[in-house]
Amino acid sequence: MAQDIILATSGLTKEFKGFRAVSGVTLEVARGTIHALIGPNGAGKTTCFNLLTKFLQPTAGTIRYKDRDITGLKPADVARLGLVRSFQISAVFPHLTVLENVRIALQRRRRGDSFDFWRNERVLRALDGEALDLVEAVGLSDFAGHQAVELSYGRKRALEIATTLALDPEMLLLDEPMAGMGHEDVDRTAALIRRVSKDRTILMVEHNLSVVASLSDRITVLARGQVLAEGDYATVSKDPRVVEAYIGAGHA
Amino acid sequence: MADTAALDAAPIAASRPEGRDDKALHRKVFAGLAIALALAPLVLYPVFLMKVLCFALFALAFNLLLGYGGLLSFGHAAYFGMASYVSAYAAKHWGLTPELAILSGTATAALLGLVFGALAIRRQGIYFSMITLALAQMVFFFSLQAKFTGGEDGIQAVPRGNLFGAISIADDRVLYGLVAVVFFGGMLLIYRIIHSPFGQVLKAIRDNEPRAVSLGYRVNQYKLAVFVLSATLAGLAGATKALVFQLASLTDVHWSMSGEVVLMTLVGGMGTVFGPIAGALVIVTMETYLAPFGAWVTVIQGAVFVLCVLLFREGIVGLFARILKKPL
Repeated sequence: MAQDIILATSGLTKEFKGFRAVSGVTLEVARGTIHALIGPNGAGKTTCFNLLTKFLQPTAGTIRYKDRDITGLKPADVARLGLVRSFQISAVFPHLTVLENVRIALQRRRRGDSFDFWRNERVLRALDGEALDLVEAVGLSDFAGHQAVELSYGRKRALEIATTLALDPEMLLLDEPMAGMGHEDVDRTAALIRRVSKDRTILMVEHNLSVVASLSDRITVLARGQVLAEGDYATVSKDPRVVEAYIGAGHA
Repeated sequence: MADTAALDAAPIAASRPEGRDDKALHRKVFAGLAIALALAPLVLYPVFLMKVLCFALFALAFNLLLGYGGLLSFGHAAYFGMASYVSAYAAKHWGLTPELAILSGTATAALLGLVFGALAIRRQGIYFSMITLALAQMVFFFSLQAKFTGGEDGIQAVPRGNLFGAISIADDRVLYGLVAVVFFGGMLLIYRIIHSPFGQVLKAIRDNEPRAVSLGYRVNQYKLAVFVLSATLAGLAGATKALVFQLASLTDVHWSMSGEVVLMTLVGGMGTVFGPIAGALVIVTMETYLAPFGAWVTVIQGAVFVLCVLLFREGIVGLFARILKKPL
Protein backbone atom coordinates (compact mmCIF):
# COMPACT_ATOMS: atom_id res chain seq x y z
CA MET A 1 0.00 0.00 0.00
CA ALA A 2 1.32 3.42 -0.88
CA GLN A 3 -0.47 5.03 2.01
CA ASP A 4 1.38 6.91 4.70
CA ILE A 5 1.55 4.71 7.79
CA ILE A 6 1.49 6.58 11.12
CA LEU A 7 1.41 3.66 13.53
CA ALA A 8 2.71 0.19 12.86
CA THR A 9 3.26 -2.83 15.04
CA SER A 10 5.04 -5.97 14.13
CA GLY A 11 4.76 -9.26 15.96
CA LEU A 12 3.28 -7.55 19.01
CA THR A 13 2.93 -10.10 21.81
CA LYS A 14 1.94 -9.94 25.45
CA GLU A 15 2.01 -12.93 27.77
CA PHE A 16 0.57 -12.98 31.26
CA LYS A 17 1.96 -15.95 33.16
CA GLY A 18 1.64 -18.39 30.31
CA PHE A 19 -1.52 -16.87 28.86
CA ARG A 20 -1.05 -15.06 25.56
CA ALA A 21 -3.42 -12.11 25.57
CA VAL A 22 -1.95 -10.68 22.40
CA SER A 23 -0.07 -12.90 20.02
CA GLY A 24 2.01 -11.65 17.11
CA VAL A 25 -0.26 -8.78 16.10
CA THR A 26 0.94 -6.88 13.07
CA LEU A 27 -1.12 -3.80 12.50
CA GLU A 28 -0.75 -0.77 10.27
CA VAL A 29 -2.77 2.39 10.73
CA ALA A 30 -2.77 4.84 7.83
CA ARG A 31 -2.50 8.54 8.58
CA GLY A 32 -5.77 10.45 8.52
CA THR A 33 -8.04 7.42 8.74
CA ILE A 34 -10.43 6.06 11.33
CA HIS A 35 -9.32 2.55 12.03
CA ALA A 36 -11.46 0.25 14.20
CA LEU A 37 -10.26 -2.65 16.25
CA ILE A 38 -13.08 -5.09 16.89
CA GLY A 39 -13.45 -8.60 18.17
CA PRO A 40 -15.33 -10.68 20.72
CA ASN A 41 -14.79 -10.20 24.46
CA GLY A 42 -11.36 -11.29 25.57
CA ALA A 43 -9.90 -10.94 22.08
CA GLY A 44 -7.10 -8.72 23.41
CA LYS A 45 -8.29 -5.35 22.16
CA THR A 46 -7.77 -3.42 25.36
CA THR A 47 -4.48 -5.19 26.01
CA CYS A 48 -3.44 -4.09 22.54
CA PHE A 49 -4.32 -0.51 23.47
CA ASN A 50 -2.36 -0.73 26.68
CA LEU A 51 0.64 -2.00 24.72
CA LEU A 52 0.41 0.75 22.12
CA THR A 53 0.28 3.47 24.77
CA LYS A 54 2.95 1.71 26.85
CA PHE A 55 0.71 1.21 29.89
CA LEU A 56 1.85 -2.38 29.42
CA GLN A 57 5.27 -3.50 28.23
CA PRO A 58 5.09 -6.01 25.34
CA THR A 59 6.74 -9.42 25.76
CA ALA A 60 7.85 -9.31 22.14
CA GLY A 61 7.42 -7.23 19.01
CA THR A 62 7.94 -3.60 18.12
CA ILE A 63 5.79 -0.48 17.86
CA ARG A 64 6.65 2.29 15.45
CA TYR A 65 4.95 5.67 15.56
CA LYS A 66 5.77 8.22 12.88
CA ASP A 67 8.77 6.12 11.82
CA ARG A 68 10.15 6.10 15.30
CA ASP A 69 10.52 3.03 17.50
CA ILE A 70 8.49 3.77 20.65
CA THR A 71 8.62 0.24 22.08
CA GLY A 72 10.82 1.29 25.00
CA LEU A 73 9.13 4.58 25.91
CA LYS A 74 7.18 5.43 29.05
CA PRO A 75 3.43 6.16 28.79
CA ALA A 76 3.74 9.88 29.58
CA ASP A 77 6.37 10.23 26.85
CA VAL A 78 4.20 8.48 24.28
CA ALA A 79 1.47 11.00 25.09
CA ARG A 80 3.96 13.81 24.57
CA LEU A 81 4.62 12.54 21.06
CA GLY A 82 0.98 13.14 20.22
CA LEU A 83 -0.38 9.61 20.63
CA VAL A 84 -3.11 10.05 23.23
CA ARG A 85 -5.52 7.46 24.54
CA SER A 86 -8.87 7.42 26.24
CA PHE A 87 -10.02 4.79 28.70
CA GLN A 88 -12.82 2.25 28.71
CA ILE A 89 -14.17 3.55 31.99
CA SER A 90 -14.75 7.26 31.81
CA ALA A 91 -11.53 9.05 32.63
CA VAL A 92 -12.23 12.43 34.13
CA PHE A 93 -10.79 14.12 37.20
CA PRO A 94 -13.90 13.88 39.39
CA HIS A 95 -13.07 16.62 41.91
CA LEU A 96 -11.92 19.16 39.37
CA THR A 97 -14.44 21.31 37.55
CA VAL A 98 -15.25 20.70 33.90
CA LEU A 99 -13.16 23.72 32.97
CA GLU A 100 -10.24 22.56 35.11
CA ASN A 101 -10.40 19.09 33.57
CA VAL A 102 -9.79 20.52 30.13
CA ARG A 103 -7.35 23.10 31.41
CA ILE A 104 -5.13 20.50 33.04
CA ALA A 105 -4.48 19.07 29.57
CA LEU A 106 -3.90 22.52 28.11
CA GLN A 107 -1.59 23.26 30.99
CA ARG A 108 0.64 20.35 29.98
CA ARG A 109 0.61 21.30 26.34
CA ARG A 110 1.12 25.05 26.76
CA ARG A 111 3.34 25.21 29.83
CA GLY A 112 5.08 21.83 29.75
CA ASP A 113 5.88 20.59 33.24
CA SER A 114 4.35 22.62 36.05
CA PHE A 115 6.65 22.32 39.02
CA ASP A 116 6.19 25.98 39.97
CA PHE A 117 4.63 25.45 43.38
CA TRP A 118 5.46 29.01 44.43
CA ARG A 119 3.33 30.65 41.75
CA ASN A 120 -0.31 31.59 42.18
CA GLU A 121 -2.68 29.43 40.17
CA ARG A 122 -4.10 32.64 38.74
CA VAL A 123 -1.51 32.30 35.97
CA LEU A 124 -3.60 29.41 34.68
CA ARG A 125 -6.49 31.75 33.93
CA ALA A 126 -4.63 32.67 30.75
CA LEU A 127 -5.70 29.24 29.50
CA ASP A 128 -9.37 29.62 30.47
CA GLY A 129 -10.47 31.07 27.13
CA GLU A 130 -9.07 28.23 25.09
CA ALA A 131 -10.40 25.69 27.61
CA LEU A 132 -13.89 27.20 27.41
CA ASP A 133 -13.83 26.92 23.62
CA LEU A 134 -13.13 23.22 23.91
CA VAL A 135 -15.81 22.80 26.57
CA GLU A 136 -18.23 24.52 24.23
CA ALA A 137 -17.23 22.34 21.31
CA VAL A 138 -18.51 19.26 23.16
CA GLY A 139 -21.65 21.04 24.35
CA LEU A 140 -20.75 21.39 28.00
CA SER A 141 -20.69 25.19 28.33
CA ASP A 142 -23.51 25.15 30.88
CA PHE A 143 -21.49 22.87 33.11
CA ALA A 144 -18.08 24.56 32.97
CA GLY A 145 -18.11 25.37 36.70
CA HIS A 146 -19.51 22.01 37.84
CA GLN A 147 -17.39 19.28 39.29
CA ALA A 148 -16.92 16.44 36.84
CA VAL A 149 -18.27 13.94 39.37
CA GLU A 150 -21.72 15.55 39.04
CA LEU A 151 -21.98 14.99 35.28
CA SER A 152 -24.08 12.28 33.68
CA TYR A 153 -22.25 9.40 32.04
CA GLY A 154 -22.60 10.68 28.50
CA ARG A 155 -21.38 14.13 29.50
CA LYS A 156 -18.39 12.65 31.26
CA ARG A 157 -17.44 10.93 28.03
CA ALA A 158 -17.85 14.21 26.17
CA LEU A 159 -15.65 15.94 28.74
CA GLU A 160 -13.07 13.23 28.30
CA ILE A 161 -12.96 13.87 24.58
CA ALA A 162 -12.63 17.63 25.13
CA THR A 163 -9.75 16.98 27.51
CA THR A 164 -8.04 14.72 25.01
CA LEU A 165 -8.53 17.25 22.22
CA ALA A 166 -6.92 19.93 24.38
CA LEU A 167 -3.64 18.15 23.75
CA ASP A 168 -4.25 18.50 20.00
CA PRO A 169 -2.99 14.97 19.45
CA GLU A 170 -2.02 13.75 16.03
CA MET A 171 -3.40 10.37 16.81
CA LEU A 172 -6.22 9.35 19.14
CA LEU A 173 -6.77 5.95 20.63
CA LEU A 174 -10.35 5.63 21.80
CA ASP A 175 -11.18 2.65 23.98
CA GLU A 176 -14.90 1.95 23.53
CA PRO A 177 -15.99 5.58 23.29
CA MET A 178 -19.67 4.53 23.12
CA ALA A 179 -19.67 2.01 25.94
CA GLY A 180 -22.69 2.41 28.19
CA MET A 181 -24.21 5.24 26.18
CA GLY A 182 -27.82 5.74 25.23
CA HIS A 183 -28.90 6.20 21.59
CA GLU A 184 -28.82 9.97 21.66
CA ASP A 185 -25.36 10.10 23.18
CA VAL A 186 -24.10 7.55 20.66
CA ASP A 187 -25.18 9.70 17.73
CA ARG A 188 -23.76 12.84 19.28
CA THR A 189 -20.45 11.18 20.09
CA ALA A 190 -20.20 9.61 16.64
CA ALA A 191 -20.69 13.02 15.08
CA LEU A 192 -18.05 14.42 17.40
CA ILE A 193 -15.57 11.71 16.50
CA ARG A 194 -16.16 12.30 12.81
CA ARG A 195 -15.65 16.01 13.33
CA VAL A 196 -12.38 15.66 15.25
CA SER A 197 -11.05 13.05 12.83
CA LYS A 198 -10.62 15.69 10.16
CA ASP A 199 -6.92 16.19 10.49
CA ARG A 200 -6.17 13.36 12.84
CA THR A 201 -5.78 9.64 12.87
CA ILE A 202 -8.07 7.61 15.09
CA LEU A 203 -7.74 4.04 16.24
CA MET A 204 -10.72 2.88 18.23
CA VAL A 205 -11.99 -0.18 19.97
CA GLU A 206 -15.76 -0.35 19.71
CA HIS A 207 -18.45 -2.95 20.25
CA ASN A 208 -21.26 -1.04 18.61
CA LEU A 209 -20.97 -2.46 15.09
CA SER A 210 -23.27 0.07 13.45
CA VAL A 211 -20.99 2.81 14.75
CA VAL A 212 -17.99 0.91 13.45
CA ALA A 213 -19.68 0.45 10.09
CA SER A 214 -20.52 4.11 9.68
CA LEU A 215 -17.34 5.65 11.07
CA SER A 216 -14.37 3.53 10.16
CA ASP A 217 -12.34 3.44 7.00
CA ARG A 218 -10.67 0.21 7.93
CA ILE A 219 -11.35 -2.56 10.40
CA THR A 220 -9.08 -5.08 12.03
CA VAL A 221 -10.74 -8.05 13.69
CA LEU A 222 -8.97 -9.62 16.64
CA ALA A 223 -9.80 -13.01 18.10
CA ARG A 224 -7.87 -14.84 20.80
CA GLY A 225 -5.11 -12.29 20.59
CA GLN A 226 -4.53 -12.66 16.87
CA VAL A 227 -5.53 -10.75 13.77
CA LEU A 228 -8.38 -12.66 12.18
CA ALA A 229 -9.24 -10.39 9.31
CA GLU A 230 -8.70 -6.90 8.00
CA GLY A 231 -10.39 -4.67 5.49
CA ASP A 232 -13.35 -2.35 5.11
CA TYR A 233 -16.68 -3.16 6.74
CA ALA A 234 -18.17 -4.90 3.71
CA THR A 235 -15.19 -7.24 3.37
CA VAL A 236 -14.82 -7.99 7.04
CA SER A 237 -18.48 -8.55 7.76
CA LYS A 238 -18.72 -11.18 5.04
CA ASP A 239 -15.64 -13.05 6.16
CA PRO A 240 -16.85 -16.43 7.42
CA ARG A 241 -14.12 -16.59 10.06
CA VAL A 242 -15.31 -13.30 11.53
CA VAL A 243 -18.91 -14.43 11.56
CA GLU A 244 -17.84 -17.62 13.27
CA ALA A 245 -15.77 -15.80 15.87
CA TYR A 246 -18.69 -13.55 16.72
CA ILE A 247 -21.56 -16.00 16.63
CA GLY A 248 -19.73 -19.21 17.29
CA ALA A 249 -19.06 -22.30 15.21
CA GLY A 250 -22.09 -24.08 13.82
CA HIS A 251 -24.28 -21.02 13.44
CA ALA A 252 -22.44 -19.70 10.41
CA MET B 1 -14.93 5.91 39.30
CA ALA B 2 -11.36 5.40 38.38
CA ASP B 3 -10.25 6.20 41.91
CA THR B 4 -8.40 3.16 43.10
CA ALA B 5 -6.27 4.44 45.96
CA ALA B 6 -7.14 2.86 49.27
CA LEU B 7 -7.27 6.34 50.72
CA ASP B 8 -10.45 7.15 48.91
CA ALA B 9 -12.34 5.32 51.62
CA ALA B 10 -12.10 8.63 53.43
CA PRO B 11 -13.90 11.43 51.65
CA ILE B 12 -12.07 14.49 50.44
CA ALA B 13 -13.83 17.05 52.57
CA ALA B 14 -13.65 19.98 50.20
CA SER B 15 -15.95 18.36 47.70
CA ARG B 16 -17.22 21.58 46.15
CA PRO B 17 -14.82 23.37 43.81
CA GLU B 18 -13.24 26.45 45.27
CA GLY B 19 -14.27 29.79 43.87
CA ARG B 20 -13.03 33.30 44.41
CA ASP B 21 -15.43 33.79 47.34
CA ASP B 22 -13.77 30.87 49.07
CA LYS B 23 -10.36 32.43 48.65
CA ALA B 24 -11.74 35.56 50.32
CA LEU B 25 -13.08 33.40 53.15
CA HIS B 26 -9.67 31.74 53.50
CA ARG B 27 -8.04 35.14 53.72
CA LYS B 28 -10.39 36.00 56.56
CA VAL B 29 -9.51 32.80 58.37
CA PHE B 30 -5.81 33.61 57.92
CA ALA B 31 -6.39 37.08 59.38
CA GLY B 32 -8.33 35.54 62.27
CA LEU B 33 -5.51 33.09 62.90
CA ALA B 34 -2.96 35.91 62.88
CA ILE B 35 -4.96 37.79 65.50
CA ALA B 36 -5.43 34.63 67.56
CA LEU B 37 -1.68 33.97 67.38
CA ALA B 38 -0.96 37.48 68.61
CA LEU B 39 -3.42 37.32 71.50
CA ALA B 40 -3.03 33.69 72.58
CA PRO B 41 0.11 34.16 74.73
CA LEU B 42 -1.85 36.57 76.91
CA VAL B 43 -4.09 33.71 77.99
CA LEU B 44 -2.15 30.49 77.46
CA TYR B 45 1.35 29.26 78.28
CA PRO B 46 3.73 30.09 75.44
CA VAL B 47 5.40 26.66 75.64
CA PHE B 48 2.07 24.92 75.21
CA LEU B 49 1.23 27.19 72.30
CA MET B 50 4.61 26.59 70.68
CA LYS B 51 4.08 22.85 70.98
CA VAL B 52 0.70 23.20 69.29
CA LEU B 53 2.19 25.33 66.51
CA CYS B 54 5.07 22.91 65.84
CA PHE B 55 2.69 19.97 65.62
CA ALA B 56 0.21 21.98 63.57
CA LEU B 57 2.93 22.72 61.02
CA PHE B 58 3.96 19.05 61.07
CA ALA B 59 0.35 18.02 60.43
CA LEU B 60 -0.06 20.63 57.69
CA ALA B 61 3.03 19.25 55.97
CA PHE B 62 1.69 15.72 56.30
CA ASN B 63 -1.71 16.76 54.97
CA LEU B 64 -0.05 18.28 51.92
CA LEU B 65 1.17 14.80 51.03
CA LEU B 66 -1.95 12.86 52.07
CA GLY B 67 -4.79 15.24 51.32
CA TYR B 68 -3.43 16.74 48.12
CA GLY B 69 -0.89 14.21 46.92
CA GLY B 70 -3.03 11.21 47.86
CA LEU B 71 0.04 9.57 49.41
CA LEU B 72 -0.23 8.06 52.91
CA SER B 73 3.19 8.09 54.57
CA PHE B 74 3.53 6.07 57.75
CA GLY B 75 7.04 7.34 58.33
CA HIS B 76 6.88 11.09 58.66
CA ALA B 77 8.50 10.94 62.10
CA ALA B 78 11.77 10.28 60.28
CA TYR B 79 11.87 13.79 58.78
CA PHE B 80 10.44 15.48 61.87
CA GLY B 81 12.81 13.63 64.22
CA MET B 82 15.96 13.71 62.13
CA ALA B 83 15.57 17.46 61.56
CA SER B 84 15.09 17.83 65.30
CA TYR B 85 18.35 15.95 66.00
CA VAL B 86 20.36 17.85 63.42
CA SER B 87 19.13 21.25 64.53
CA ALA B 88 19.73 20.38 68.21
CA TYR B 89 23.20 19.11 67.41
CA ALA B 90 24.04 22.11 65.27
CA ALA B 91 22.94 24.53 67.97
CA LYS B 92 24.68 22.70 70.79
CA HIS B 93 27.91 21.39 69.31
CA TRP B 94 28.54 23.65 66.34
CA GLY B 95 27.21 26.71 68.11
CA LEU B 96 25.08 27.72 65.15
CA THR B 97 22.59 30.53 65.59
CA PRO B 98 18.97 29.35 65.87
CA GLU B 99 17.97 30.27 62.32
CA LEU B 100 20.94 28.37 60.89
CA ALA B 101 20.29 25.42 63.21
CA ILE B 102 16.68 25.26 62.03
CA LEU B 103 17.82 25.61 58.43
CA SER B 104 20.32 22.76 58.71
CA GLY B 105 17.69 20.50 60.27
CA THR B 106 15.21 21.40 57.54
CA ALA B 107 17.78 20.78 54.82
CA THR B 108 18.54 17.37 56.30
CA ALA B 109 14.85 16.47 56.20
CA ALA B 110 14.67 17.61 52.58
CA LEU B 111 17.59 15.40 51.63
CA LEU B 112 16.19 12.45 53.54
CA GLY B 113 12.82 13.05 51.89
CA LEU B 114 14.45 13.05 48.47
CA VAL B 115 16.15 9.68 49.04
CA PHE B 116 13.24 7.98 50.82
CA GLY B 117 10.68 9.50 48.50
CA ALA B 118 12.54 8.29 45.42
CA LEU B 119 12.37 4.75 46.81
CA ALA B 120 8.80 4.83 48.11
CA ILE B 121 6.99 6.37 45.12
CA ARG B 122 7.93 3.35 43.04
CA ARG B 123 5.06 1.54 44.73
CA GLN B 124 1.47 2.51 45.26
CA GLY B 125 -1.17 2.33 47.98
CA ILE B 126 -0.38 0.24 51.02
CA TYR B 127 3.02 -0.78 49.61
CA PHE B 128 4.03 2.85 49.45
CA SER B 129 2.97 3.29 53.07
CA MET B 130 4.88 0.20 54.16
CA ILE B 131 8.09 1.35 52.49
CA THR B 132 7.87 4.73 54.21
CA LEU B 133 7.31 2.94 57.54
CA ALA B 134 10.23 0.57 57.00
CA LEU B 135 12.58 3.40 56.07
CA ALA B 136 11.45 5.41 59.11
CA GLN B 137 12.15 2.40 61.34
CA MET B 138 15.67 2.32 59.93
CA VAL B 139 16.04 5.98 60.89
CA PHE B 140 14.80 5.11 64.38
CA PHE B 141 17.39 2.38 64.86
CA PHE B 142 20.07 4.61 63.41
CA SER B 143 19.10 7.27 65.94
CA LEU B 144 19.22 4.72 68.73
CA GLN B 145 22.69 3.50 67.77
CA ALA B 146 24.44 6.55 66.36
CA LYS B 147 26.80 8.52 68.61
CA PHE B 148 25.65 12.03 67.79
CA THR B 149 22.02 11.49 68.79
CA GLY B 150 22.88 10.57 72.36
CA GLY B 151 20.95 7.28 72.20
CA GLU B 152 18.35 6.91 74.95
CA ASP B 153 19.27 10.31 76.41
CA GLY B 154 18.79 12.27 73.23
CA ILE B 155 20.38 15.69 72.88
CA GLN B 156 19.51 17.66 75.99
CA ALA B 157 19.99 21.23 77.15
CA VAL B 158 20.10 22.60 73.63
CA PRO B 159 20.97 26.30 73.83
CA ARG B 160 18.43 28.54 72.18
CA GLY B 161 21.08 31.12 71.35
CA ASN B 162 20.58 34.47 69.71
CA LEU B 163 18.54 34.89 66.59
CA PHE B 164 20.80 36.21 63.80
CA GLY B 165 23.42 36.36 66.53
CA ALA B 166 21.68 39.39 68.00
CA ILE B 167 18.25 38.75 69.51
CA SER B 168 18.12 36.45 72.51
CA ILE B 169 15.29 33.94 72.31
CA ALA B 170 15.85 32.50 75.76
CA ASP B 171 12.62 34.12 76.88
CA ASP B 172 9.62 31.98 76.00
CA ARG B 173 7.58 34.91 74.76
CA VAL B 174 10.31 36.04 72.36
CA LEU B 175 10.74 32.50 71.08
CA TYR B 176 6.97 32.29 70.70
CA GLY B 177 7.19 35.17 68.24
CA LEU B 178 9.71 33.25 66.17
CA VAL B 179 7.70 30.02 66.27
CA ALA B 180 4.52 31.87 65.32
CA VAL B 181 6.28 33.42 62.33
CA VAL B 182 7.71 30.04 61.24
CA PHE B 183 4.28 28.43 61.58
CA PHE B 184 2.47 31.20 59.74
CA GLY B 185 5.03 31.27 56.95
CA GLY B 186 4.89 27.49 56.60
CA MET B 187 1.12 27.55 56.50
CA LEU B 188 1.04 30.25 53.81
CA LEU B 189 3.61 28.35 51.76
CA ILE B 190 1.52 25.17 51.92
CA TYR B 191 -1.58 27.15 50.96
CA ARG B 192 0.28 28.52 47.98
CA ILE B 193 1.55 25.08 46.96
CA ILE B 194 -2.03 23.78 46.99
CA HIS B 195 -3.15 26.73 44.90
CA SER B 196 -0.36 26.74 42.36
CA PRO B 197 -0.12 25.27 38.85
CA PHE B 198 1.84 22.46 40.52
CA GLY B 199 -0.98 21.96 43.03
CA GLN B 200 -3.46 21.71 40.19
CA VAL B 201 -1.48 18.85 38.67
CA LEU B 202 -1.27 17.20 42.10
CA LYS B 203 -5.05 17.26 42.47
CA ALA B 204 -5.40 15.75 39.01
CA ILE B 205 -2.99 12.94 39.87
CA ARG B 206 -4.78 12.30 43.16
CA ASP B 207 -8.08 12.14 41.32
CA ASN B 208 -7.06 9.88 38.45
CA GLU B 209 -3.46 8.90 38.03
CA PRO B 210 -3.64 6.87 34.78
CA ARG B 211 -5.49 9.72 33.11
CA ALA B 212 -2.83 12.20 34.22
CA VAL B 213 -0.24 9.89 32.68
CA SER B 214 -2.20 9.67 29.45
CA LEU B 215 -2.17 13.47 29.26
CA GLY B 216 1.61 13.33 29.30
CA TYR B 217 2.34 14.11 32.95
CA ARG B 218 5.31 12.21 34.37
CA VAL B 219 3.45 11.60 37.60
CA ASN B 220 6.34 10.15 39.59
CA GLN B 221 8.23 13.42 39.33
CA TYR B 222 5.25 15.26 40.80
CA LYS B 223 4.86 12.71 43.57
CA LEU B 224 8.52 12.99 44.43
CA ALA B 225 8.34 16.78 44.43
CA VAL B 226 5.40 16.86 46.82
CA PHE B 227 7.04 14.21 48.97
CA VAL B 228 10.18 16.32 49.31
CA LEU B 229 8.15 19.46 50.02
CA SER B 230 6.18 17.64 52.70
CA ALA B 231 9.30 16.13 54.28
CA THR B 232 11.03 19.52 54.24
CA LEU B 233 8.16 21.26 56.02
CA ALA B 234 7.85 18.38 58.50
CA GLY B 235 11.57 18.91 59.11
CA LEU B 236 11.03 22.62 59.65
CA ALA B 237 8.47 21.75 62.33
CA GLY B 238 10.80 19.21 63.99
CA ALA B 239 13.81 21.52 63.92
CA THR B 240 11.81 24.33 65.50
CA LYS B 241 10.45 22.00 68.15
CA ALA B 242 14.01 21.04 69.17
CA LEU B 243 14.73 24.66 70.05
CA VAL B 244 11.42 25.12 71.87
CA PHE B 245 11.95 22.15 74.19
CA GLN B 246 15.75 22.38 74.01
CA LEU B 247 15.64 18.68 73.41
CA ALA B 248 15.78 16.15 70.59
CA SER B 249 14.91 12.62 71.57
CA LEU B 250 13.89 9.21 70.29
CA THR B 251 10.23 10.14 70.80
CA ASP B 252 10.49 12.40 67.75
CA VAL B 253 11.63 9.59 65.43
CA HIS B 254 9.49 6.84 66.95
CA TRP B 255 6.80 5.28 64.78
CA SER B 256 4.15 6.46 67.21
CA MET B 257 5.04 10.01 66.19
CA SER B 258 4.22 9.03 62.60
CA GLY B 259 0.92 7.67 63.89
CA GLU B 260 0.20 10.81 65.84
CA VAL B 261 0.46 13.03 62.80
CA VAL B 262 -1.92 10.75 60.91
CA LEU B 263 -4.29 11.05 63.85
CA MET B 264 -4.08 14.84 63.94
CA THR B 265 -4.72 15.13 60.24
CA LEU B 266 -7.69 12.77 60.23
CA VAL B 267 -9.27 14.25 63.36
CA GLY B 268 -8.89 17.75 61.97
CA GLY B 269 -9.93 16.92 58.43
CA MET B 270 -7.79 15.38 55.73
CA GLY B 271 -7.62 17.38 52.53
CA THR B 272 -8.90 20.54 54.19
CA VAL B 273 -6.74 23.63 54.38
CA PHE B 274 -7.18 24.28 58.10
CA GLY B 275 -8.05 20.82 59.43
CA PRO B 276 -4.54 19.78 60.51
CA ILE B 277 -4.28 22.88 62.70
CA ALA B 278 -7.50 21.98 64.51
CA GLY B 279 -6.38 18.36 64.77
CA ALA B 280 -3.01 19.31 66.26
CA LEU B 281 -4.70 21.63 68.74
CA VAL B 282 -7.11 18.91 69.89
CA ILE B 283 -4.49 16.16 70.20
CA VAL B 284 -1.83 18.31 71.89
CA THR B 285 -4.41 19.74 74.28
CA MET B 286 -5.54 16.25 75.17
CA GLU B 287 -1.97 15.13 75.77
CA THR B 288 -1.25 18.14 77.92
CA TYR B 289 -4.38 18.38 80.00
CA LEU B 290 -5.04 14.67 80.30
CA ALA B 291 -1.46 14.02 81.38
CA PRO B 292 -2.58 13.02 84.93
CA PHE B 293 -4.24 9.96 83.40
CA GLY B 294 -0.79 8.67 82.40
CA ALA B 295 -0.81 5.80 79.93
CA TRP B 296 -4.58 6.12 79.63
CA VAL B 297 -4.08 9.15 77.38
CA THR B 298 -3.36 6.77 74.53
CA VAL B 299 -6.60 4.90 75.20
CA ILE B 300 -8.58 8.13 75.37
CA GLN B 301 -6.96 9.31 72.14
CA GLY B 302 -7.85 6.03 70.50
CA ALA B 303 -11.45 6.37 71.63
CA VAL B 304 -11.62 9.94 70.33
CA PHE B 305 -10.22 8.77 67.02
CA VAL B 306 -12.76 5.97 66.70
CA LEU B 307 -15.61 8.30 67.61
CA CYS B 308 -14.34 10.89 65.19
CA VAL B 309 -14.18 8.43 62.32
CA LEU B 310 -17.59 6.99 63.17
CA LEU B 311 -19.38 10.30 63.66
CA PHE B 312 -17.69 12.64 61.21
CA ARG B 313 -15.30 10.96 58.84
CA GLU B 314 -14.38 14.26 57.24
CA GLY B 315 -12.87 15.54 60.51
CA ILE B 316 -13.66 18.58 62.62
CA VAL B 317 -12.96 21.19 59.97
CA GLY B 318 -14.43 18.96 57.28
CA LEU B 319 -17.64 18.87 59.30
CA PHE B 320 -17.73 22.65 59.53
CA ALA B 321 -17.02 22.88 55.81
CA ARG B 322 -20.00 20.63 55.14
CA ILE B 323 -22.29 22.65 57.40
CA LEU B 324 -21.15 25.96 55.91
CA LYS B 325 -21.08 24.41 52.42
CA LYS B 326 -17.72 26.05 51.88
CA PRO B 327 -14.30 24.46 51.45
CA LEU B 328 -12.15 25.31 54.44
